[in-house]
Amino acid sequence: MKKDFLKIAHKKLNSRLIVGTGKYKSFSETAKAVKASGAEMVTVAVRRVNILDKKKPILTDYLNPKKIIYLPNTAGCFNSDEALRTLRLAREMGGWKLVKLEVLGDKKTLFPNMIETIKSTKILFKEGFKVMVYCSDDPILAKKLEDNGASAIMPLASPIGSGLGLQNKINLSLIIKQSKVPVIVDAGIGTASDASIAMELGCDGVLINSAIANAQKPILMARAFKDAVISGRNSFLAGRMIKNYFASPSSPTKGII
Amino acid sequence: MAKIQLNGKKISIKPNFSISDLLKKYNLHNKKVAIEHNGKIITNNDYRKKILKNKDKLEIVHFIGGG
Repeated sequence: MKKDFLKIAHKKLNSRLIVGTGKYKSFSETAKAVKASGAEMVTVAVRRVNILDKKKPILTDYLNPKKIIYLPNTAGCFNSDEALRTLRLAREMGGWKLVKLEVLGDKKTLFPNMIETIKSTKILFKEGFKVMVYCSDDPILAKKLEDNGASAIMPLASPIGSGLGLQNKINLSLIIKQSKVPVIVDAGIGTASDASIAMELGCDGVLINSAIANAQKPILMARAFKDAVISGRNSFLAGRMIKNYFASPSSPTKGII
Repeated sequence: MAKIQLNGKKISIKPNFSISDLLKKYNLHNKKVAIEHNGKIITNNDYRKKILKNKDKLEIVHFIGGG
């Protein structure tokens, strides 16, 4: 069988699961969950260094950016200027050009502000960034992002951190069918089966944070997601059977005694 | 003595103090950080050259866990 890669910009990934590194109880738990998930790419946020506590452990002590791909995000940014500032700083930190853009529009729903998102995508693309873009599940706007240079389209399944699962499979399918760049379902996935369904729809990958970090046993859930993504992908590649309204016996009817 | 604002907090520094000196003071010289000086990103090569002045605003950021 041909090796099945997820190719985003210049990166080739074996795992179609990308995991977030927020909300864990400790860095040690984060590292264990990332390992159990098999993910090769993790999202990270850019924040002020705590200057009051010089000895406080930091993320890079637990997740080596040389071994795992850091995908800097713009979480918490509510306009284009804030997002651009964050990603330019991220690039300065060590040449990160592959980034995740999210420009939020509302504190309660954390839905993206698509006008600012499209504007930022355009600028970042011109500056040489490879931009993976968190977006609404509107196929027209998703197409706009692709036209403006997005390296991956990341539509939400439902609000960030809600765990509500895939609320609009039709729209996600339309985006998947029309996109020439990878489509990664981002935000809202609640449990492993949601990830399988997303993969069966034909998306190229999923990004999971809260569903793993907020599980009762995050490390076990990370493993569940690893398996679910592989299963869903294989199921998509295998092609499901056609649905029938009536039964079809699984055992031969010939030779019945 | 100069007074600068570092990550939103006012601190005092010695005269002729560079960004490089400041990173050493906070044990950040070997860490992955990025620096914004009065709204402009400073590249690694300029850390030594950049001497901090009174009322300068400095932001030092790094990666933390996030989704």
